[in-house]
Amino acid sequence: MSEKPLSEVFFEPERYELGSGPTYHFELSRRDFFKALGGGIVVISMLKDGLADQESGRGRQRESGRGMPREIGAWLHLGEDGSVTVYTGKVEVGQDIRTSLTQVVAEELRLSLASIHLVMGDTDLTPFDMGTFGSQTTPVMAAQLRKVSAAAREVLLDLAAGQLQVDRNSLGVADGKVIHYGTKQSFGFAQLTKGQKLMKLVGENVPTTHVDQWKVAGKTTQKVSARSIVTGKHQYTSDLKRPEMLYGKVLRPSAFGATLDSLDTRAAESMAGVAVVRDGDFVGITAPSEPVASQALAALRAEWKTSPQPSGQELFKLLKEQRVEQQGFDGRSSYTLGSMAEGMAAAHLKLERSYTVAYIAHAPLEPRAAVAEWKDGKLTVWTGTQRPFGVRAELGEAFRIPETQVRVIVPDTGAAYGGKHTGEAAIEAARLAKAAGKPVKLVWTREEEFTWAYFRPAGVIEIRSGVGQDGTLTAWEFHNYNSGASALRPLYDIPHQKIEFHAARSPLRQGSYRALAATANHFARETHMDELAQGLKMDPLEFRRKNLKEVRLRAVLDTAAQSFGWGKGRSLRGQGVGMACGFEKGSYVATCAEVSADPPSGQIKITRVVTAFECGAVINPDNLKNQIEGAIIQGIGGALFEAIEFESGKILNPRFSRYRVPRFSDVPQLETILVDRRDLPSAGAGETPIVALAPAVGNAIFNATGIRLRSLPMAPNGQVKKSVES
Amino acid sequence: MVRSLKLQINGTPYNVNVEPERSLLSILRDELGLTGSKYGCGEGQCGACSVLVDGRPVRACITPVTVTEGKQITTVEGLEKDGRLHPLQEAFIVIGAMQCGYCIPGMIISAVGLLRKNPNPTEPEIRRFMEGNLCRCGTYPRIVAAIRQAAQAQRGSGP
Repeated sequence: MSEKPLSEVFFEPERYELGSGPTYHFELSRRDFFKALGGGIVVISMLKDGLADQESGRGRQRESGRGMPREIGAWLHLGEDGSVTVYTGKVEVGQDIRTSLTQVVAEELRLSLASIHLVMGDTDLTPFDMGTFGSQTTPVMAAQLRKVSAAAREVLLDLAAGQLQVDRNSLGVADGKVIHYGTKQSFGFAQLTKGQKLMKLVGENVPTTHVDQWKVAGKTTQKVSARSIVTGKHQYTSDLKRPEMLYGKVLRPSAFGATLDSLDTRAAESMAGVAVVRDGDFVGITAPSEPVASQALAALRAEWKTSPQPSGQELFKLLKEQRVEQQGFDGRSSYTLGSMAEGMAAAHLKLERSYTVAYIAHAPLEPRAAVAEWKDGKLTVWTGTQRPFGVRAELGEAFRIPETQVRVIVPDTGAAYGGKHTGEAAIEAARLAKAAGKPVKLVWTREEEFTWAYFRPAGVIEIRSGVGQDGTLTAWEFHNYNSGASALRPLYDIPHQKIEFHAARSPLRQGSYRALAATANHFARETHMDELAQGLKMDPLEFRRKNLKEVRLRAVLDTAAQSFGWGKGRSLRGQGVGMACGFEKGSYVATCAEVSADPPSGQIKITRVVTAFECGAVINPDNLKNQIEGAIIQGIGGALFEAIEFESGKILNPRFSRYRVPRFSDVPQLETILVDRRDLPSAGAGETPIVALAPAVGNAIFNATGIRLRSLPMAPNGQVKKSVES
Repeated sequence: MVRSLKLQINGTPYNVNVEPERSLLSILRDELGLTGSKYGCGEGQCGACSVLVDGRPVRACITPVTVTEGKQITTVEGLEKDGRLHPLQEAFIVIGAMQCGYCIPGMIISAVGLLRKNPNPTEPEIRRFMEGNLCRCGTYPRIVAAIRQAAQAQRGSGP
């Protein structure tokens, strides 16, 4: 209940990042690098425990008793042929870290991007990594790769100095060569690595190239895998084929919580090449082709025993009632400052409001997929997941085999957005492959992805606040039920605060989603700020500035407002403007939105969005813009129309024809301003840009229509209804 | 009942023995190894499976393979000619119009269909035509920009 230093709060983990079962932590088997990789130079990045903590996205206490993540972060191999290969447990799911990580390596090794190969997310080849989430790749992995690459460069200089018998200060590295400035003599990397077996461990203290000297990093670079994507050559998990591979399908229960009562497999098993696998309530099919597998699945006659399941209408009531007693984690999701009673007593205007957010689906365009293969007792699974090592542990546990007998390989994946932390498809494919004695591919249907994956948590947020006559916030009480603890605390200066996250038993399976609960918490907070400004008859920008000292947040707020032309000119009839700002995972965002509302129909259209974003030093400006634009556009769905509907254990809208996601016509005019702070370390950026969009749009809708919307989505059928008092 | 079908894909004739109720997508992907066309929804809602049939974009996931017999099928694999990318492929790379990339083959195929019909589309025309293609990563503005750039490049280099 005490105040934590902000830095600690910023990295507060969120339980939804990790929803999976227990993880075994076997000792890292120290492999013989050179046996595995061949000769040359290996530079290994060693982590301190503290770093490992952050990278894992979890707190130390939560990990206690299970052992800490291993001590190695990444390694780089300079082959005897001069090739450069980097090994990292991070995975590429569209955030384009394959490119930005390659850039930092190229920078330090003074190499072209094309000469660097990244091996990512392969549990047999790459160091342990807790997972690709929490916007940690750039601040943690990019920093490590800069260090190993810089250290590798130094090793090359040492080798060249030794061979030439010259002072190493007379040498430099450029264009993939070590050059002796005096004689202009140069060595290719291969000349230096040939016959070597050098291993170097590096820790924290490796000098890296100063940002001001960046030539490759900090610049816009084409996606390294772009050509393979536009030609259709890149193989996602769902595109893989193995010799003798069969196709799998899984029989899904008729509803959540249903158990198998009876099963008649005769019709299915009479089909050529079809086998039915039953293991408890798990029932699956293997077949020589996908269509035959589907036909066989349809031919299964199953009776299910259902139990009463909650429905969407009672959702918010349930979230408030079904509280989990052991609240939060480490007691860190509760925070108080000063005294609410005192703060409220000092208030001129008091406001109490409740906000809700719906469950939404990630709906990555590539659904969950896996190819599993057993060979001599060892299981190999190709699958799209953000946690290859976590999925390896799930597989080890499911089949009661040591993790050393499991290999998980993650091909660059068709998106995740926080939705692919778990290994359902991997386990199912492996179970089917085990029964078949042949490799099996399992690709979830869109309906399965919408039903049997997990959702962004729904939630209820209650705010009680007080503000003085001059617009100074005096009190702030904030309760989040179920949606999550990310960005729970305001960055506004408020002397009296009481802030709590209340864990609940969720009616639907839930987990991580891009920016986690920061979206819900910012929606509630920034909508509430707008309501207070309205109550005070103050300009929303002025009101925010009055209560905000945090300079980095002020900077993006001012930048966005200025570019948007905030306060200049009147809106046309039916048009409205709104703003919101926020902070999460080390980066800062402010969004100004303009909407048009058609008064008779209530039809809403977002016409313009201006976003200012700051995440420290920018590594790849255009890719960063791409991520910000993508977050804004994805955010439109959750803001206006995305919601999972469910009734009695069934999802009612499990397909794109029933669950609307943003399309070309939903895209407003977008302006994105990068505030490049080269004096600050780079933070991740894939998540935070999404958090201010929904409140900015909601505030603009209020400005346009006078209707205050406090529930996401705000316009489920494209329209707003005056359903809530304003 | 398995039937023998003759298909013309990317200028190459193929003979396949398949169940006639199967979708074009499943034949392309599972029988012929042309995995550039993706499964995204199975109901023609996302466009990830788009291919050209006689120059017009269709959703391969809901197109029975039999109706494409005797027609010219073009998949994303057929756009590159002699190691040279199609102007749309070039433009998608240059503009950086992709994130995870899963929707991109379908986007490019649909855009080829658009530029064939309308070599000089306006921005609203592009959006309208492309409305059936989903990019969950939200790269839409870049895709529009890439299509405009490719249209310009194509006009520049003659018909």
